[in-house]
Amino acid sequence: MPEKQSNSSINTPMPEMSDIQYLEGRQPDARERRMIFRNIDRVGWNPSIDRYLEDGGYEQLRKAMDMEPKVITEEVKKSGLRGRGGAGFPTGVKWGFIPPNNTKPVYLICNADESEPGTFKDRYILHQDPHQLIEGMVISAYAVGAHVAYIYIREEFPEAARTLEKAIAEAKEKNFVGRKVLGSDFDLEIYVHRGAAAYICGEETGLIESLEGKRAYPRIKPPYFPAALGLYMCPTIVNNVESLCHVKHIIQMGGDEYAKIGVPRNTGTRILCVSGDVKKPGYFEVEVGKLTMRELLYDVCGGPKDGREFKAVIPGGSSSKILRCDETFTLKGQGPDGSDKQLTFWDIPLDFDSLAACGSMAGSGGVIVMDDSRKMSWVLNNINQFYAHESCGQCTPCREGSTWMRKISDRLVAGQASPEDIATLESVAYQIDGKTICAFGEASSWPVEAIIAKYREELLAETDPANAEAPRNAEAEAQRRYLQKA
Amino acid sequence: MSEAVLKELVASPETPGTRHFPPFEPTDQLEAEASRRIAQFPDEHKRSAVLPILHFIQHRHGFLSADAIQWTADRLGIEPVKVLEVVTFYPGFRQSAPGKFHIRVCRTLSCAMGGSYELMDRLCEITGIGRESLDPHHHPIAVSPCGTWSVEFAECLASCGTAPVCLVNDDFHEGVDAGKAKQLLDQYSNA
Repeated sequence: MPEKQSNSSINTPMPEMSDIQYLEGRQPDARERRMIFRNIDRVGWNPSIDRYLEDGGYEQLRKAMDMEPKVITEEVKKSGLRGRGGAGFPTGVKWGFIPPNNTKPVYLICNADESEPGTFKDRYILHQDPHQLIEGMVISAYAVGAHVAYIYIREEFPEAARTLEKAIAEAKEKNFVGRKVLGSDFDLEIYVHRGAAAYICGEETGLIESLEGKRAYPRIKPPYFPAALGLYMCPTIVNNVESLCHVKHIIQMGGDEYAKIGVPRNTGTRILCVSGDVKKPGYFEVEVGKLTMRELLYDVCGGPKDGREFKAVIPGGSSSKILRCDETFTLKGQGPDGSDKQLTFWDIPLDFDSLAACGSMAGSGGVIVMDDSRKMSWVLNNINQFYAHESCGQCTPCREGSTWMRKISDRLVAGQASPEDIATLESVAYQIDGKTICAFGEASSWPVEAIIAKYREELLAETDPANAEAPRNAEAEAQRRYLQKA
Repeated sequence: MSEAVLKELVASPETPGTRHFPPFEPTDQLEAEASRRIAQFPDEHKRSAVLPILHFIQHRHGFLSADAIQWTADRLGIEPVKVLEVVTFYPGFRQSAPGKFHIRVCRTLSCAMGGSYELMDRLCEITGIGRESLDPHHHPIAVSPCGTWSVEFAECLASCGTAPVCLVNDDFHEGVDAGKAKQLLDQYSNA
């Protein structure tokens, strides 16, 4: 890695973390390590470029512009940064997929379509610290050779879209964006593009279709990465807001130093968004893998509400498989001597690989907590309604299946389901899973599969065999007749 | 597709909210905005500007009428059906007028646990909107008889930690439980 921070030409050095004051009631937890969120809820902070510059803003861009683009990509690879949007794919590796002999324009897209239920981290970056994102984007665009970048922001963030437009104009005025960035030969335009309230636009190829002015139907793979063929069939890099912000910090620390944060293969910090039945919900930026479930839910979030007990947790956005709080997992070959390791729910370290080993995923960092007052049939139905509404309708299994799953769970919560309905629901889920163009199929079926597998008895207890014989609504009657014929 | 079906697809039924929005007409500002947006994309990909142009029109005229769709298509040099398919795909676009104040209440898990259904019930009660007029696909949009209010359930507004949340036009409100519904509406009706 090139020079250390102390040797670079920083006029106004960033203050030490301990010198930063946060708003009353919004102070970070002692276990947090704030990098991306260091300016969120900070006393005296505002989203203007002047405030950002006072704090050493755009110094990392200056530093990056003195580096070879290839070297920046190498640093990002060394850092081990994994995408923060949901899939956890290594960012530097993604950048490396641009064909080496490419002659077409390259595009950079910032995916600011934050819409995975349970996730609320990008909102704060976009509203409160837009220049951190812009600095990360300019560095990234320079590294991948993009001269046009788009921020695809969800329609439901109108204020953030205005804040970003203003921030980009400020950055252009100071020549951090625009023609000949900082006097170099590098040109970059950044445009803000608003979506229109469709969840599927978070899927990167759906997002690209939407940016082309079409319905957001995800594209058939291969090619697996838009880095080969993306926007207008040109190489395109799509990165999440948080991932792009991390790039700035990787330049500051150097890839090797950055990789020391967190645990091996799961590096850096991660913003966990906790919502639902805890005393203190909110956002917490922690080193990846350094906290366990117990530490997060009891120590950081203050435990369950009074008189309640934790029942279940969705660890990475509503698409990730639910975990029971009384579960124990067997991790094959991960014991000290290569034997199997037993792990309780409470001891799961919050990193990509551990959650995957427990059959779920770290996803987008949205942790939704449910206590013993929640009925799983109700939770299931709420999730099914979301996916039935958001299926883009391109693939039959997903379009029809997500609606059927909702209809069956509607019956379940209305007390009109028969025990067979649970099996039907499960079979519909397995007929979607793996049979669709994009990962929405899994996103909609995994919650159903997991909730049924883990709470089958509870769901069955809400059914009545009499409902199969005497369906209480026309739809159920039609389905019964159909099944009889089949 | 038969003529009649197509007509129905672009029809914009009147609602009590219609009177709060001027009917669509091409203006200099619209032309300027369209040109600015089109310039953000390569010349041969003007179509990319369809979402921003539609947002601009909807913001001023409340919804997207057949005339607006036709104008957008002409401006971008594409068939009107290419605009219509976008309008009907994205839940963020409307084909009939909302109320003067359009309220979007988050319906998804964390907000539902925090009481967003109760908030919706209360909002409907105060504004005189029939709760049963909200279907699971969030349309048509339910408008109050006076045309001042309309309500819609939205999917995850990405502020789960401060549930329940809602948007009123472009303003975001957090921690709005049912008990605060009246106070929320008063902010606007007294404005």
